[in-house]
Amino acid sequence: MIGIHNLTKTYKTAKGSITVLQNIDLTIEKGDIFGIIGFSGAGKSTLIRCLNRLEEPDFGTIEIGGRLVTNLNEKELRQARQKIGMIFQQFNLLDAKTVYQNVAFPLEVAGHPKRYIQQRVREILDLVQLGDKENVYPFQLSGGQKQRVGIARALVNEPDLLLSDEATSALDPQTTYSILELLKEINRQLNLTIVLITHELDVLQHICNNMAVLEKGRIVETGSVEKFFLRPESDTAKRFVSIIDHYRDKRNVMEGVGAGI
Amino acid sequence: MKDDLLELLWEGLLETLYMVFWSSLFALAIGIVLGVTLVVTEKGGILEAPKLNKAIGTVINGVRSLPLIILIVLLLPLSRLIVGTSLGPTAAIVSLSIGAAPFLGRIIENSLKEVSAGKIEAAKSVGATPFTIIFRVLIPEALPALVRGITIGIIGITEFTAVAGAIGAGGLGSLAIRFGYQRFREDVLIATVIVIILLVQIIQWSGDSIAKSINKKRYKFE
Ligand SMILES: Nc1ncnc2c1ncn2[C@@H]1O[C@H](COP(=O)(O)OP(=O)(O)O)[C@@H](O)[C@H]1O
Ligand SMILES: [Mg+2]
Repeated sequence: MIGIHNLTKTYKTAKGSITVLQNIDLTIEKGDIFGIIGFSGAGKSTLIRCLNRLEEPDFGTIEIGGRLVTNLNEKELRQARQKIGMIFQQFNLLDAKTVYQNVAFPLEVAGHPKRYIQQRVREILDLVQLGDKENVYPFQLSGGQKQRVGIARALVNEPDLLLSDEATSALDPQTTYSILELLKEINRQLNLTIVLITHELDVLQHICNNMAVLEKGRIVETGSVEKFFLRPESDTAKRFVSIIDHYRDKRNVMEGVGAGI
Repeated sequence: MKDDLLELLWEGLLETLYMVFWSSLFALAIGIVLGVTLVVTEKGGILEAPKLNKAIGTVINGVRSLPLIILIVLLLPLSRLIVGTSLGPTAAIVSLSIGAAPFLGRIIENSLKEVSAGKIEAAKSVGATPFTIIFRVLIPEALPALVRGITIGIIGITEFTAVAGAIGAGGLGSLAIRFGYQRFREDVLIATVIVIILLVQIIQWSGDSIAKSINKKRYKFE
């Protein structure tokens, strides 16, 4: 489904250039839920944003569904983007539009007839359980509801791929859980490929099948999520896993003490 | 002697309104084009063009650094060319529009910049064209800020008309100078000042209530 080869990205800043992604090679299978994990500043957002070319890579190629995304011209890129949904940490809903209008926007961009738009928007709003919020403005929604609108907007035009940049990082644990369940459900129902970025182990553990660990712009580990937890290899993975181990030990100790009283 | 006061005021007010209306309309048309162009062509903008951005910015700063009265004098030949005269309210509209457009351009630029980069990206990510992003995202999202900014712009233009009045544009500004200053008619001077203050208040109040009603719809408060 996705093949990334030798992807490199450098930012030029006033102080000189910094290489944010270095020779990234990655393959993601169709229908997978693939997690990219790493500490803050590792280059996760830059990597996922290269996939729909919100960032332009310097070198390397990205292939999605048999098409070389890195070779598309402006117009072809816009068409390709219509089939790549994206959700964001800050939701990025349009305040001037109602829930309905936010979700209808991608379909209008794609030039669908009004009748179809109406039917399809209602359908997808039902899927994300916001059928009763059609005429409400985003300001009146909770964080979780906003992200559901974000998901509806990303999925309404039936994309082949969903990109998620820390989509649950602004949400409380319970809401995070319900959003992850929704994504899992959608992945199962539509066989949609999901690439998600996170710095939260819970997210990785909860819904991803495979993962890559990004460390200072390089992929230092890939494989199944199970392997990540059972046999972490990279520094980043070990540090992440040691954090949960630490808490598990602590909890065991505390429970042990409690039992003794 | 004094019963001409109302008549003078009325005439002055109509001329001022005439100048404010048309100058605002033209300055706004130019200002929106300038403001939108500045925002979309800046670094990281949806139609990035740093050289064009710099060029427009330089021209705007140049025009804005000239005192209005000098600008009006400089533009007199242009007024003569476009409306056939360099005197009176119609001639002043040419100078006022051009003088106020860069000011409005900057105000509109700043209002549009309040739209978060994330919203623009969300629109890009669904495959929207720059045209769609400008008209369906950028402008509607910035609307309350735009209304407030444009209100300040129109009040600025109202003040400009008073300055233009000093060099023969007519309107309330002329009235204050011709009667209040040159003929020592204090009643005219004071009445003119009151009318100008009221006019500015009405413009401010209208702008505020439009912005408020938009916000109320979107955010259910204010
Ligand atoms: N537009 C930019 N210009 C310069 N540096 C940037 C830009 N965007 C990101 N960076 C830098 O690139 C690095 C990786 O950023 P990012 O991809 O956002 O990391 P992550 O999402 O993993 O936290 C950071 O050091 C960040 O400061
Ligand atoms: Mg990030």
